Amino acid sequence: MNDPFSIAGTALSSRLFVGTAGYPNQQVMLDALSASGAELVTVSIRRISLESYAGSMVDLLGDRCRILPNTAGCVTARDALLTAELAREALDTNWIKLELIGDRDTLYPDVEQLVEAAAELVRKGFTVLPYCNEDPVTCRKLADVGCAAVMPLGSLIGSGMGIANPSGIELLCARSPVPVVLDAGVGTASDAALAMELGCEAVLVNTAIAKARDPRKMAAAMRAAVEAGRLARLAGRIPKRAFAEPSSPRLGLVGA
Amino acid sequence: MSTRIPLSSSQPKTVIIGAGAIGLAIAWRLAQAGCEVSLYDRREAGRGASWASAGMLAAAAETEPGEERLLALNLESQRLWPDFARELEAASGVALGYRDEGTIEVALNRDDAERLRFTYEFQKGLGLDLRWLSGAEARDLEPHLRPGIAGAVFSPTDHQVENRLLVQALLEGVRRAGARLYEGCAVREVDIAEGSARGVVSDRGRESADVVILAAGAWSREIGGIPSAYLPAVRPIKGQMLALKMDPAAPLLRHVLWVPRGYLAPRLDGRLLVGATVEERGFDESLTAGGMLALIEGAWRALPAIEELPIAETWVGFRPGSRDDAPMLGPSGIDRLVIATGHFRNGILLCPLTAEAIAQFVLKGRLPEIAREFSAERFLPVPPAAATK
Repeated sequence: MNDPFSIAGTALSSRLFVGTAGYPNQQVMLDALSASGAELVTVSIRRISLESYAGSMVDLLGDRCRILPNTAGCVTARDALLTAELAREALDTNWIKLELIGDRDTLYPDVEQLVEAAAELVRKGFTVLPYCNEDPVTCRKLADVGCAAVMPLGSLIGSGMGIANPSGIELLCARSPVPVVLDAGVGTASDAALAMELGCEAVLVNTAIAKARDPRKMAAAMRAAVEAGRLARLAGRIPKRAFAEPSSPRLGLVGA
Repeated sequence: MSTRIPLSSSQPKTVIIGAGAIGLAIAWRLAQAGCEVSLYDRREAGRGASWASAGMLAAAAETEPGEERLLALNLESQRLWPDFARELEAASGVALGYRDEGTIEVALNRDDAERLRFTYEFQKGLGLDLRWLSGAEARDLEPHLRPGIAGAVFSPTDHQVENRLLVQALLEGVRRAGARLYEGCAVREVDIAEGSARGVVSDRGRESADVVILAAGAWSREIGGIPSAYLPAVRPIKGQMLALKMDPAAPLLRHVLWVPRGYLAPRLDGRLLVGATVEERGFDESLTAGGMLALIEGAWRALPAIEELPIAETWVGFRPGSRDDAPMLGPSGIDRLVIATGHFRNGILLCPLTAEAIAQFVLKGRLPEIAREFSAERFLPVPPAAATK
């Protein structure tokens, strides 16, 4: 299927992005990444060493995929800026997934800090992908300050609750001038398929794969779900009806 | 298996690099079997991960999806532990502080309970002896637990040992068995010629040997002389820990307690170990505010009475991690060079099994069946069979 997809002018081979935290071990993570077919994988800069020693995250992922560093653990715009600079220097990429957490229990983004930090990072030449609320006003502001995509949460990070507000996500996708990448909340494959059907350009999954009973299988399931959801979106769903309509014609039967 | 051991000698002369619990236990077994053994450590013996560990013998409660084969190895070593402890105590005269009360994992709220139930069902499915407890049942076992515990799992077979006493006992056992120990003496390189290890070069000069065993934990890649493709694929995984001081006559806790992001291990002398962070930070030795906050807060949420306890000690250790979290045992791909590292969080647990398996490999040229799939050769870029053909 010829269905190209790009962010900030960079073509990406897969619409599934995968996170690298919380797997039982590195081998399971590598197998899951490979089963997912993901090209873009997120790595938390504050949680790993940026040195490339044998077996380090950077050493392990370097040749296999495109690393999207994130600012997980940052609370202030200043924090996020420093972390992004560190990532750019160490990993030789100007892409950054901007996370600014405003509340410890829900891990909701701090919108005010987020827009400020995004604007500053764009000014400094970064390609910014912010983790944000599923709120069209916030997403619009982020796009307006120059973010390359927006990454609204489906539901709380790590909750596996799926897409809590599907019509909100659909509305967002219809109006967003930049690609919408669903981030957070995916619990199983149907959640990822739904995100694509609602119009998202891509989906980011971490916990649902890393903490599954079989991470390799779940990674393959997510890959299939994202492809299926995307195909369904392109194919166009039928309208919903209140009453049944037989799929075989009633008129013109033999002997009628 | 391509790594050959010279069977011409039934008691090969052995050099062991690294005098942690693993190297010491191997030395003890080989010296018992009559081998001439030299043991080198760049620092004081037993002061790396063996010292930093919490000594948990937790084969059951720590099992994660995808690690079912490692579980079999861990369970076998867990089974060996009581006899190993008795034998070592008798041989050394040092009591190991072995405690068999078992381990309790607690869930503090509904989300924790969902996660614990998921893990419990996975682990029960593997045939492990675990019991689900209500919050009240958990508090009957440990009355200082916070009221309102949402649920718990009791693991009767997951025990603990005082790892620092284990190190002392092994040191004494090794001395009595006649092995030589060189502390503060770094091995600079393994002497390898024509694809075969011949000995080591250390701060004190050259020593030849029939067999060289590399058991230097997270530092195993820092030994020279070994072609890089054959260096064990091991990396340091940082852990921060602290010890609180309880009244030994009235301890707050008797079982090992797992909380949602850490554990507490009560020792007979009143120390209450709180651990541990798991960080991919290379050999960064710093204690951090965030690390200490996470440990203390995690412990406090389950056991609020720790608030009053003095902090006795804080430290950082480096677990030797392999890519699949399982150890590397036996053949290295180079003749007469034997690997014993990569034990990650299970070094103390796997100590008896590792010592037995490596001793058998050195003495008989074969690993026991259960250890064979954990050879270091699984990480070699070229399968050794193909390389030697």
